[in-house]
Amino acid sequence: MIKTEDIQYVAAEAYKRSGLVLSTDKGYLLESRLAPLARAEGFPSIEGLIAAARRESADRLLWAITEALATHETFFFRDSTPFDLFKQEILPVLSRARGNSGTIRIWCAACSSGQEPYSLAMILDEERARLGNLRFEIIATDMAPRVLEKAKAGVYSQFEVQRGLPIQRLVQHFDQNGDQWRVKSNLRSMVTFQKQNLLDNFNGMGTFDVIFCRNVLIYFDADTKKRVLTRLAAQTATDGYLVMGAAETVVGLSQDYAPVEGRRGLYGRSGVAKSQAA
Amino acid sequence: MKTCLVVDDSRVIRKVARKILEELDFNCVEAADGSEALEACRKQMPDAVLLDWNMPVMNGLDFVKALRREEGGDKPVVVFCTTENDMAHITEALRAGADEYVMKPFDGDIIESKFQQTGLLRAS
Repeated sequence: MIKTEDIQYVAAEAYKRSGLVLSTDKGYLLESRLAPLARAEGFPSIEGLIAAARRESADRLLWAITEALATHETFFFRDSTPFDLFKQEILPVLSRARGNSGTIRIWCAACSSGQEPYSLAMILDEERARLGNLRFEIIATDMAPRVLEKAKAGVYSQFEVQRGLPIQRLVQHFDQNGDQWRVKSNLRSMVTFQKQNLLDNFNGMGTFDVIFCRNVLIYFDADTKKRVLTRLAAQTATDGYLVMGAAETVVGLSQDYAPVEGRRGLYGRSGVAKSQAA
Repeated sequence: MKTCLVVDDSRVIRKVARKILEELDFNCVEAADGSEALEACRKQMPDAVLLDWNMPVMNGLDFVKALRREEGGDKPVVVFCTTENDMAHITEALRAGADEYVMKPFDGDIIESKFQQTGLLRAS
């Protein structure tokens, strides 16, 4: 068992760095997520790892701990509804508004190992004929370098490509290498991965037409949620969208976004009436 | 209740698949090879077929080709479930009329995910 004071210390440091709220009754979660890190860093135990982090207040170790504690769970076309909305609602409305020219910018905030941005890239590739001369830019960010590296490589295990991904899309968009599957280079070139902590400033990110921020804010406290939503809104085009997870809402947290009626998880900027695709 | 025909020459695999499918609310019928499976389909067309590739008497590929020529044989959703995990086999299966493809080893999450994509299950 990890000592309560160790749990509190680690929770406080992870919160400071990432906004991640770890309740102190989650000792088991801490154990299961830190044990592999302790091993990889050459410590005999989790206690040893935490002691070293304390002793040297070692920033690198504390970041590694934070990264290990965050949830990186994701899969292709997760929850499917947001991707249907993207294809059937967001793309038609935006392409009408942009008059089939210009660039549509998409941000996958907290993209983990890349399944979400690549799912969007697949849709864009499949819809190409209907999208005229519109150009697309997908920026995918995460605070964790380890998952970003995997995302950039675009290489997935047999298990990963079977969760959420229809077989036709596997055939169409992946190359096989033994029991690994790699996203084809035309899709990889559509996505730019970069490190970005949602707590840090968004200078240089620019304005986005669509921001996917799903299943991230659930790990934050209300104040952090509010701050992040305000700052995301500042990066959202006036007629742009925010897409959130099925169990999330902006209601009571943001004045800047308003739900798009009848479209679960989809938000527009407040005060901007949404035209609907159908 | 929807019916799924589980076709595999391994009794163990059939048992594992049956357990997963019954939890997903399917009524299961079993067959040990393609020819038994075709018999079962002629008696009653299932909603879904979970289909191994390599089996004695009639293999999965020959079964799906034969099934698609049967009256009403275009209806069942056919999901391969096999250790033949390479692109060539997958595309051959799709050309022959399969709808989905599971690469072994599989688990409940994968079966559920594939059954959702083919509309056999509603997305949760």
